[in-house]
Amino acid sequence: MVADITLFISFLILLLGAAKAYSGFFTKVLVGEKNVFTPLLLHVENSLYRLCGINPQLEMNWKKYALALMLFNGVGIVLVLVVVLSQHLLPLNPQGLPALPFELAFNTAVSFVTNTNWQNYSGESTMSYFSQMFVLSVQNFLSASTGIAVAVAFMRGIISKESESIGNFWADMVRITLYVLLPLSLVSALFLISQGVIQNFAPYVSAVTLEGVNQSIPMGPVASQEAIKMLGTNGGGFFNANSAHPFENPTSLSNFVQVFSILFLPVSLLFVYGKMSQKSGEGRSILIAMVVLFVLMLGSHYASEKFGNPQISGIVGESAMEGKEVRFGIASTSLFSVATTAASCGAVNAMHDSLTPLAGMVTMVQMMLGEIVIGGVGAGFYGMMAYVILSVFIAGLMIGRTPEYMGKKIEAKEMTYTVIAVLLPGLCILLFTGLSLLIPDATSSISNPGPHGLSQVLYAFSSASANNGSAFAGLSGNTLYYNYALAICMFVGRFGVIIPMLAIAGSLARKKVVPFGKGTLNTQSALFITLLVATIVLTGALTFFPSLALGPVIEHLMMLERISF
Amino acid sequence: MKKQSNSSYNQAIIKDALKGCLTKLTPKEQLKNPIIFVVYLGTFITGFIWIYESSRGNIPLFGFEFWVFVWLFFTVLFANFAEALAEGRGKAQASALRSGKKSGSANKLSEDGSLRKVSSESLRVGDVVVVSAGEVIPSDGEVIKGIASIDESAITGESAPVIRESGGDRNSVTGGTLVLSDEITIKITKNPGETFLDRMISLIEGAKRQKSPNEIALSILLMGLTAIFIVVTLTLKPMALHVNADISVVSLIALLVCLIPTTIGGLLSAIGIAGMDRLLKKNVLAMSGKAIEAAGDVNVLLLDKTGTITFGNRMASAFIPIDIKELDNLAYAALLTSLSDDTPEGKSTVTFAQNTYSAKEPANIQSAQFIPFSAYTRMSGLDLDGKEYRKGAVDAIEKCVTASGGKFPKEAHDMCMQIGKKGGTPLVVCEGSKVLGVIHLKDIIKPSIKEKFAEFRGMGIKTVMITGDNPITAAAIAAEAGVDDFVAEATPDTKIALIRNYQKEGFTVAMTGDGTNDAPALAQADVGLAMNSGTQAAKEAANMVDMDSSPTKLIEVVETGKELLMTRGALTTFSLANDIAKYFAIIPALFVVAFPQMEVLNIMHLSSPQSAILSAVIFNALIIIALIPLAISGVGYKALSADVVLGKNLVIYGLGGIIVPFAGIKLLDMLLATLHLL
Repeated sequence: MVADITLFISFLILLLGAAKAYSGFFTKVLVGEKNVFTPLLLHVENSLYRLCGINPQLEMNWKKYALALMLFNGVGIVLVLVVVLSQHLLPLNPQGLPALPFELAFNTAVSFVTNTNWQNYSGESTMSYFSQMFVLSVQNFLSASTGIAVAVAFMRGIISKESESIGNFWADMVRITLYVLLPLSLVSALFLISQGVIQNFAPYVSAVTLEGVNQSIPMGPVASQEAIKMLGTNGGGFFNANSAHPFENPTSLSNFVQVFSILFLPVSLLFVYGKMSQKSGEGRSILIAMVVLFVLMLGSHYASEKFGNPQISGIVGESAMEGKEVRFGIASTSLFSVATTAASCGAVNAMHDSLTPLAGMVTMVQMMLGEIVIGGVGAGFYGMMAYVILSVFIAGLMIGRTPEYMGKKIEAKEMTYTVIAVLLPGLCILLFTGLSLLIPDATSSISNPGPHGLSQVLYAFSSASANNGSAFAGLSGNTLYYNYALAICMFVGRFGVIIPMLAIAGSLARKKVVPFGKGTLNTQSALFITLLVATIVLTGALTFFPSLALGPVIEHLMMLERISF
Repeated sequence: MKKQSNSSYNQAIIKDALKGCLTKLTPKEQLKNPIIFVVYLGTFITGFIWIYESSRGNIPLFGFEFWVFVWLFFTVLFANFAEALAEGRGKAQASALRSGKKSGSANKLSEDGSLRKVSSESLRVGDVVVVSAGEVIPSDGEVIKGIASIDESAITGESAPVIRESGGDRNSVTGGTLVLSDEITIKITKNPGETFLDRMISLIEGAKRQKSPNEIALSILLMGLTAIFIVVTLTLKPMALHVNADISVVSLIALLVCLIPTTIGGLLSAIGIAGMDRLLKKNVLAMSGKAIEAAGDVNVLLLDKTGTITFGNRMASAFIPIDIKELDNLAYAALLTSLSDDTPEGKSTVTFAQNTYSAKEPANIQSAQFIPFSAYTRMSGLDLDGKEYRKGAVDAIEKCVTASGGKFPKEAHDMCMQIGKKGGTPLVVCEGSKVLGVIHLKDIIKPSIKEKFAEFRGMGIKTVMITGDNPITAAAIAAEAGVDDFVAEATPDTKIALIRNYQKEGFTVAMTGDGTNDAPALAQADVGLAMNSGTQAAKEAANMVDMDSSPTKLIEVVETGKELLMTRGALTTFSLANDIAKYFAIIPALFVVAFPQMEVLNIMHLSSPQSAILSAVIFNALIIIALIPLAISGVGYKALSADVVLGKNLVIYGLGGIIVPFAGIKLLDMLLATLHLL
């Protein structure tokens, strides 16, 4: 246990230190300043602008920014669709895998474009190398860039004074992909290869096991996809087993680095926020709130797993390891599963269906909160900002002023968009869970009865609406209904938050800055951090307490009485 | 008006409010408040289920469903009552005003110069009327001829009469006020229905009440929460069915009503109305709720020196003799020379000499020859027993002394210089050709105003003094009063430029004014408080009018604005925090039949599932009534920094909001168990 806690603490220290160190460079890229890679990549950047007819100086208002973003992502969906529907005609398909059925192709396209990477398929038996590399991996990069771009646009909205512009979407995308994601992925991929992650175009290898059974061992360009899968909080595995597969995640060191890279960019973005706003305290207070929540979640997850299941712990030792990461132990399982659901990544090194009920609930709660416990790349920042505005609104009134954040007045317009951004994913989760339980076709996908079955459906829609992409397993999602229902949730959960947040950014950008004084709400104080954490927990609890009570909570209580499902 | 507002909870108002909670039961009225409308619909559905099921014998007639129905109905009624009560207090004031309006006739001056009796309702803009002592002024207008003392108590509650005269900044008269003496000719400036009194009545009645911007933003949040809670309860049904736990519709409605923010939803409009009402009690009429909200945000106060910071008149504050042995003689001379000086300076010198130096008039004062103050000589004084006592400006006395062969001492010059540097005005006193000393006239700063400004600084509000004085005088007074900044030699133009500059930097600016030349600045300021004694133009431009015409009122206006916003925030926090306890009451109750393990979550140990749900519903209804006084009187504001205020309110309304319902629901449950209601 001491070793486990040492692991957690050293992980956090390393993460915060590295993220802070990187933020200086990150900021320079985002504001378009000269940085270490400029001599090397400026030429590439400018050629890209020329090639695409982009004028990077052009300032966009929020509507133009949102329109460009939607167009870009729309085209992304179509491109993925076209490729996976025609992969049997395309090269790099040594296994001769057939085209995907339309509903699965649609689900996959929406899934990868929205940074969700929900996979209603097994990579090794469905996707050709071409599909994996040229559309799925590409979307891993672009969806991550989109998230960061929105976060930066939002920061500009907060910082700027009486201006219409929130930046240039195209320039943001080019810079983030070129200077941030590509170099980091390259380094990470090379490291993973050194640990034993495979990278080839070879056909699957056939082997005969000791028992004399024929086994086909899948191959492929794994490392290149693995790196961005974690860095971009995408989470879509090359193989079905995701990071529990030894070719994706071979050593405990690779495991550690993978968890690290999930949270690296989201944490760094908060330091960027401090730098861009020239108020490092503002970024810090939000980061503290996130880390407090993260530690709470990790603590309860780990405690629940450590406590295990009394029905079997006497038989198999202290923790039940079925479905967990048996190679690295329960601490690495907890850390991975909390980080991946905290950050809308969705990669897994354990099957969340096998977690103890309360640990499973922790992963679900993080998604239900809207992935703001550190959160996905960019998405965590702008998602959290919606809660910040909500907290500021209530707290601001209590000090006897109309609410303001960073000197910007929060009025009816901002409130409308904030309410949409905070509540829309929650509405999707509840409505679709409720609906699915009424449709016989949908209920037949559930593999366990009672509360655990409810958890499976609840988890699936939470994962999709929060753009996480991890699965509780157990639910057969590759049906006509779930492919479309989950795709809708992913789309709404992504763009139903991005567009309102951009609208807020646009509206804030136009405002005057109220000077800071003694009568202003201090958003850097411990009091505010407490209030922010309380607002997040309360909003989540009020929305999901009833459904969680019927799922994991009752399952836990019954487990204590040795009843299982 | 003061009279009516003092008895805030009198029986008539409560009776009207009780009537109001029934008349507001129409769907049209209910739709105005979407949150309470959800409760309203829930009441109907519960009522229908109760009647239908009990008529078929499925449920007892006076069982759980009946009581839920009753208490949901009460929830709606209580919310109606809160609003009706707040409105009722305004209506009572309005009807008192209206009774003053029924004057009837006016003497209209025809073009041929003859007077004709017409109804006051027929008067239009541009008409000219003559009003004599004892008559009521028929409509708003400007005095174009004459001077009169007027009783404005009908609108201000102030019984001391005011003087209104043609020309200048005191020419505006208000319809409904009474002329006490003399006769004035008035040019009407308002058509019927647009007069100040009419506007006041409609504002007070809340007939044209529009939601203020922050109220709208808060409503959006509350409606969003309501929407999500509707979905939470709706989807709970299939989820429960999936795990083989059936929930009755009545229980679900009960859950929904407990979760949606009915407390703040029911009190929100009452808080807004009460905010205006509280200002009205302070004799300030706000033209919109928006103005009150802006008052809460004010971080720059522009204060006129005269009347706000100082008493407005310079007063004697020290006698400085040339020869220290002559101090008593100086006081005596100062007294004598000021007896014939009717200016405020002169009067204050008399008081100062009498009180501080016990100077007394000589017995033979009747034989003295008085020389009153004249603008030409700039001196006053008297001749008594062959001695010539004079008092006046430095150069005037110097001339006088040298003319009678004396020498003006250098010390006197130095003293005058010193006084001038301190922002005071020197007056020199002489007896014949001998200079006795100097009187230090000073702008007296109002007591405790410095402390008030320090409080403001603590609240993050900057105070700026505006004065027509020269920079030296202004700086001295500014330093003494403790304002953060000052503007000397101010003109209406500098005022408006100053406001614009502050606004550009993001400040919210409040100011007071009364003259026509203040009107543009009043309009530009975020909060413009016009004095009722001021001109019509100033009152039009401002968004608040102070009936007492007291410039210090601005400070109270800011506090009221803050109280209004704080009350909203506090009750919202309280309302949301309440939900935690309600969940712990209702969720175990809903599922404990299907899952006995759920009993663990029944941390309040409520006696039965039905009693748990009903207790939560009753608590939810009663808390509205319990909080009406707070909504109407407002959360008290103390000048503290934002951090302290937030911490305090979070503990009271956040933590309190979590704890209170646990206790309340438990108590109600015990009560229900003892009464055997279920």
